[in-house]
Amino acid sequence: MKNTISILVENKPGVLARIAAMFSARNYNIDSLSVAETIDPTVSRVTCTAVGDNLEIEQIMKQLRKLIDVIRVVNFTTSNGDFITREMVLIKVKARERDRAEIMRTADIFRAKIVDASRQNLTLEVTGDEKKIDAILELLKSFGILEIARTGQVALSRGGKRLIDKHMGSVKSPGRKSSNRHGVR
Amino acid sequence: MKKRTGAQIIFESFLREGVEVIFGLPGGAVVHLYDELANYPQIKHILVRHEQGALHAADGYARATGKTGVCLVTSGPGATNIVTGVVTAFMDSIPIVVLTGQVATHQIGNDAFQEADILGITRTCTKHNYLVKDTGDLPRVIREAFHIASTGRPGPVLVDLPKDVITGEAPLGNPEKFEVRGYAPVTMGHPGQIKLAVREILKAKKPVIYAGGGIIHSGAQEELLALAEQGQIPVTVTLLGLGGFPGDHPLFLGMLGMHGTYAANTAVTQCDLLIAIGSRFDDRVTGKLESFAPSARIIHVDIDPSSISKNVTVNVPIVGDAKNILARMVKILKEQGDVWKATRKPWLAEVGQYSAEHPLSYEPSQEVIKPQYVIQQIHRLTKGEAIVATEVGQHQMWTAQFYRFTRPRTILSSGGLGTMGYGLPAAIGAQVAFPERIVFDIAGEGSFQMNVQELATAVQYCLPIKVAILNNHSLGMVRQWQELFFNKRYSETSLEVQPDFVRLAEAYGAVGLRAEHPRDVVPCVKKALSTQGPVVMDFIVDPEENVYPMVPPGHSIDEMILAKTDKKARKVVPLTFPS
Repeated sequence: MKNTISILVENKPGVLARIAAMFSARNYNIDSLSVAETIDPTVSRVTCTAVGDNLEIEQIMKQLRKLIDVIRVVNFTTSNGDFITREMVLIKVKARERDRAEIMRTADIFRAKIVDASRQNLTLEVTGDEKKIDAILELLKSFGILEIARTGQVALSRGGKRLIDKHMGSVKSPGRKSSNRHGVR
Repeated sequence: MKKRTGAQIIFESFLREGVEVIFGLPGGAVVHLYDELANYPQIKHILVRHEQGALHAADGYARATGKTGVCLVTSGPGATNIVTGVVTAFMDSIPIVVLTGQVATHQIGNDAFQEADILGITRTCTKHNYLVKDTGDLPRVIREAFHIASTGRPGPVLVDLPKDVITGEAPLGNPEKFEVRGYAPVTMGHPGQIKLAVREILKAKKPVIYAGGGIIHSGAQEELLALAEQGQIPVTVTLLGLGGFPGDHPLFLGMLGMHGTYAANTAVTQCDLLIAIGSRFDDRVTGKLESFAPSARIIHVDIDPSSISKNVTVNVPIVGDAKNILARMVKILKEQGDVWKATRKPWLAEVGQYSAEHPLSYEPSQEVIKPQYVIQQIHRLTKGEAIVATEVGQHQMWTAQFYRFTRPRTILSSGGLGTMGYGLPAAIGAQVAFPERIVFDIAGEGSFQMNVQELATAVQYCLPIKVAILNNHSLGMVRQWQELFFNKRYSETSLEVQPDFVRLAEAYGAVGLRAEHPRDVVPCVKKALSTQGPVVMDFIVDPEENVYPMVPPGHSIDEMILAKTDKKARKVVPLTFPS
């Protein structure tokens, strides 16, 4: 089963390498990975999806927790409560004159944005969960997809629950170093 | 605030951590550190001859004392040379702080002279590692490094020190204030789980305790003894658990696993409750997993949650420190009265029978020296009180079997990684910590040669280590596998060409002795013990001798090949070798 694991880590150089190294050293697979700073600039959130049986996923969680730079780990898939996942994809699709309208209609249905256009091509930006993105890719296939760039999953729990705890800066007051460098993201 | 150089901050921090000795070897990247070292006579430095020796010596020091070992080497090759030692310590959970030099921060990544990405190399074999980029971070990093290395499940922590960080200046700061928010080992043990565990013990008819290195790290030997006696539970230990339970106690079954005793392996296979404490179900212990303790419910006490239910599923997991958990288990057990001795009798009788039927044995000889005999004599002549380091191989297993360890921190042996060449430098570390005690390195001639250069270290610091080489002219353990499983095709395991170890010892300035006949063994050990400095004893032993019992790889642990002398040995084991 695919598990969506959310990891809060110290926002320090090399932390991603530690996580990646743990997965490869212990022969686990990461399906997707996305990393970015949180509202507290000392903390980053890593969202990864991994496939494995229960024991394997449990070991992955334990091994992640063992890393000193890992602050919190939660497996959204096995924890109680709903969660939202999103991915984004950029799709460069062949757009001949006769197909153009159909592609744009498809984009509309999926609430995709057309972010680039040329005589032969359209580039779409789509956000959604995995199924939605798989679905639009499937529909666009017939027109000829030239290439795609797809992000890893990001995820949050529904409702008021959050991973941040007393060790971390409050959501209301971003941490000390909220300079422009961070602001431009 | 007064500023200090990085080098000063490091040594001031060491003083605060109570560091008494460093094992190391200088080089270009740490030359400023070594220059500053001269200003700190309180900190003793042991100059090794190869960086691997420094790591193993710090490891031996840590195992023998329970303190954190400290090791200092230069960048590049100095750093890469310690990797085997780091992995050895990591696998066996030994607290060590390793300082490595690094090229200056502006040179990192430029393939500079003696640059190696030691942070990347050791990422998965240290408990944690640091690259310090700012001298001002040093007080905090050193504090954290010692804290992380020595708490929870101990392990090596590496601190990489660029040259400009060592020479830079910063205030000494207040490292008392530090917070590692991603690190909070659970030590207390859940009260509900502890009660559950006791309930299991009360229910069990055939319980066995299987204790590992965690007993030693936690200092839980007394609590373990109390639990065993209070519950009348027989105890088996792993290689790293030896000394955690008295080897001469009636409830002691001996070591379990591939070269474990018949009694231990059979008891574990027959038991209805396995109480694993500070042990991690290593493959050398469990053999074939599916048939390991097949009818047992399992309690597992471990400070590392990731050790629990990693290889086998556990019924009652308890995360925490063995010492306090066992103490609380004993307390609850005691409240249940003293009905134990009666209800356990049939099981203890059964287990006693296992030991009586198939004790550890070997065929004594008047003609050729039996390696086990040498170990028994060393045991006798040291009254079982020596600190014994071993290398890795047959001699290591014989030591585990025949030197009856009764106290913790008396055996220093590379269990998890199985590092040949570990013993001599580890013995050096132990002897540095305890100049007055008798320290042995029981070795094979193959392993001994892997770090033989450290004899010079022993001679330089007048460390009276006694090296006992059980010389069978081969890489004996592999030879044994080839004999048993590969139709005696002895591929590349012969060490016929070897130095004259007596003259080699003398060349280093140590004393060399040789024993070629059984009658020479006792005088040789006696002579070594009465000699002031380091001694190398070359015992020419029976090259055909094997380690028994042996569980063939991939078999269940009750399928043992027993010693030929074992009269009741049943040939039940098909000598197949799984691919």
